[in-house]
Amino acid sequence: MSDNGNGHRYKVVLGYGTCGIAAGATAVKDALEEEVKKGSYDVDLDIAGCMGLCFIEPVVEIFDRQGGSVVYGDITAKKVPQLLEEHVGKGQVIEDWVVKKSEDPEACEGDFLANQLRVVLRNCGKINPESIEEYIQIGGYEAAKKALTSMTPEEVIDEVSTSGIRGRGGAGFPTGTKWGFARKSPGEEKYLICNADEGDPGAFMDRSVLEGDPHSVLEGMILAGFAIGARQGYIYCRAEYPLALKRLDIAIEECHQKGFLGEGIFGTDWSFEVKVKKGAGAFVCGEETAMMASIEGQRGMPNPRPPFPATHGLWGKPTNINNVETFAAIPWIIAEGGEKYAEIGTEKSKGTKVFCLAGKVRRTGLAEVPMGYTLRQVIFDVGGGIAEGREFKAVQMGGPSGGCLPAEKLDTQVDYDQITAAGAIIGSGGMIVADNRTCMVDLARYFLSFTQDESCGKCTPCRIGTKRMLEILERICEGKGEPEDIEKLQVLAGDIKDASLCALGGTAPNPVLTTLRYFKDEYEDHIFNHKCAAGSCPALITLRIDPETCTGCAACVKVCPTDAITGEKKEPHVIDAEACIRCKMCLSRCPSESIIAE
Amino acid sequence: MEKECACSNRFADVDDLGPLEEIIEHYGSEKGALIPLLQEAQDAYGYLDEKIMREIAKRAGYQLSQVFGVATFFAQFRLKPIGEYLIKVCHGTACHVAGATQITDEVINQLGIEEGETTPDNKFTLESVMCLGACALAPIMVVGDDTHGKLKPTKIKKVLKAYAGPGGPEGAEGDDAE
Ligand SMILES: Cc1cc2nc3c(=O)[nH]c(=O)nc-3n(C[C@H](O)[C@H](O)[C@H](O)COP(=O)(O)O)c2cc1C
Ligand code: SF4
Ligand code: SF4
Ligand code: SF4
Ligand code: FES
Ligand code: FES
Repeated sequence: MSDNGNGHRYKVVLGYGTCGIAAGATAVKDALEEEVKKGSYDVDLDIAGCMGLCFIEPVVEIFDRQGGSVVYGDITAKKVPQLLEEHVGKGQVIEDWVVKKSEDPEACEGDFLANQLRVVLRNCGKINPESIEEYIQIGGYEAAKKALTSMTPEEVIDEVSTSGIRGRGGAGFPTGTKWGFARKSPGEEKYLICNADEGDPGAFMDRSVLEGDPHSVLEGMILAGFAIGARQGYIYCRAEYPLALKRLDIAIEECHQKGFLGEGIFGTDWSFEVKVKKGAGAFVCGEETAMMASIEGQRGMPNPRPPFPATHGLWGKPTNINNVETFAAIPWIIAEGGEKYAEIGTEKSKGTKVFCLAGKVRRTGLAEVPMGYTLRQVIFDVGGGIAEGREFKAVQMGGPSGGCLPAEKLDTQVDYDQITAAGAIIGSGGMIVADNRTCMVDLARYFLSFTQDESCGKCTPCRIGTKRMLEILERICEGKGEPEDIEKLQVLAGDIKDASLCALGGTAPNPVLTTLRYFKDEYEDHIFNHKCAAGSCPALITLRIDPETCTGCAACVKVCPTDAITGEKKEPHVIDAEACIRCKMCLSRCPSESIIAE
Repeated sequence: MEKECACSNRFADVDDLGPLEEIIEHYGSEKGALIPLLQEAQDAYGYLDEKIMREIAKRAGYQLSQVFGVATFFAQFRLKPIGEYLIKVCHGTACHVAGATQITDEVINQLGIEEGETTPDNKFTLESVMCLGACALAPIMVVGDDTHGKLKPTKIKKVLKAYAGPGGPEGAEGDDAE
């Protein structure tokens, strides 16, 4: 290949998703545009979604003529002139800034990507999400065209069933089976919904897919609509994702122009429309019946099932709901074949799963791995272990419906059944890593306060029960726990699980139950010894300064609201425990980490 | 990048029903359009005044109880006006673990208002949200249209200062991650 198809020598691609923008990508974009104009560099500038390298954003990838590329991380506007001058101008790679090189994919931080297998994220960070042309160039919409022009709906469903894919929204229901129900459901009018509500507070894979590759989701929906016989699709997307909403609008518009949406798609007599519905901020609307109520313009409260959405869904018509990640995998399955997908993964969990690594892991970001990887492989090989050289304590999976797994469970394979057996759930794919400074009781309290807040109030066990549990947990964190509290929590948890109408209530006690299973000693430490070993719960800690390492810089003194810290200049300082209100403001201020909370 | 105008009169006055009429006309008789109607009305007026909700009920043909019911059910709808900049501190799991409580505490400390309140000069309104999807850069806070990541309590003062003056934010373009 003589050039990269544009006649230019280099192509400079900036990762431009929410994460990158939060890390300063807009300033980098402005600097790149200005520098290219001014330096008369012969390059093409482009944007892409993100590669999921959140830990080292903003990211710039520079492609050379032969198609080889170098990924640079932590780029700032200030670094842009040097980057262009050396790499583009002189053809010299700036080794210190490199994340990954195509000729040595594991060098530097490259093993973050090298240890992954990207099916759902196949295009994220590679193409401009605002350009349907770039998607088509790499084979986009071929699967939809193939299906609509040469397959029957039943054949599409069979292919999806063969792949073994299970819904990625949390429950893991086999997608092919679900589509089969909706197909067989009698009725002319049927609906398809894409669940992009991403309610787990601490997960962002659906956002990244929508921002980085919206056409894969649309193509998956076109295929699903054809398979089940729905001509109207809805994407229910969180309002907190403005960039995803914008890119979806652009992608839908482009599809209409190309004739991939609307009447007579690909020259057939099939029609399909997609409408975006913006969520209004209620976690419970991720639940299927609540979501449909919300699309109909009502309060988003769950309804008892049966009847199931497959027969009585939106406006009483047969309806099929799938998650963003599920849809994004479908075009790949139709293009490559269900059997190829089924070769990946474990016996009962096929394919790949995208996880969001966040919390105290060194490399935070998007990790797509084959099912069957162990948690250790995900957190240590992909994630690079624990940040700041601390010790792994637990990984929280599945958010408010999930659980925490301790170090002894690190060799569990990611597989629906194995993770559930271990005490957590795969959920939508959030993985929050905790180190020895994360308090497990506080984490359980946090999730309960979330579910309590988000309970729609329709049924008593959930509404009142979660409140009672939260009160107990708050009491324990404040050092006012009572010996019988642990048992009370367990009894309440059982009642709520058994009697709640929807899965929000039904799974709300899980974060408490798994922390009680694996970290009971921490609860006991709080209740009986009035201690929080993680140094987290304000009522149970004291702060002191390590005289060995304190340099007497007085940075902490300036931020202390109660003047509790005193000391001579350049001499070790001390905290007056009586005056200290344990606000922890000083903690992040100390350059030598001399302030100890215990 | 185009920026939204951030001047204090960017919202329509609730006595001016012009914007509302346009919104209602746009949705016509579309079924299930109540939530988008309320969303757009809030975008236009900054919040949902009782008067606006009554007008929506009357003109778009909904029961008033349904309009109130929906507006109070969803966390996104505000029944009180907001200041020029809406501050949203993320309290999702990743941000919680990374110290979001201290971030909110420091904003409260700096501005002298509680969550849900607006500063007397109408500059800032403080809210908390559940996950902005940039968890890897936790803790996160959004001021107006700008996202600030990897925050520390000690950085809050500087971030807020950029918005305090007249006109738009100065050098506040979310490049605070270090
Ligand atoms: C309280 C609650 C919240 C949920 N939130 C989400 C969500 O944010 N995204 C999602 O895809 N599924 C969510 N689900 C699961 C969906 O109800 C549904 O099972 C899923 O979207 C089906 O798609 P799938 O088969 O592709 O997984 C939630 C379920 C409950 C009970
Ligand atoms: S379990 Fe909770 S969220 Fe679900 S319907 Fe009952 S009250 Fe509402
Ligand atoms: S925790 Fe707060 S009150 Fe205590 S010494 Fe530190 S800054 Fe002062
Ligand atoms: S900031 Fe740290 S090093 Fe400086 S005086 Fe305080 S405790 Fe000592
Ligand atoms: S960089 Fe895209 S998700 Fe973080
Ligand atoms: S938890 Fe704060 S951005 Fe996700």
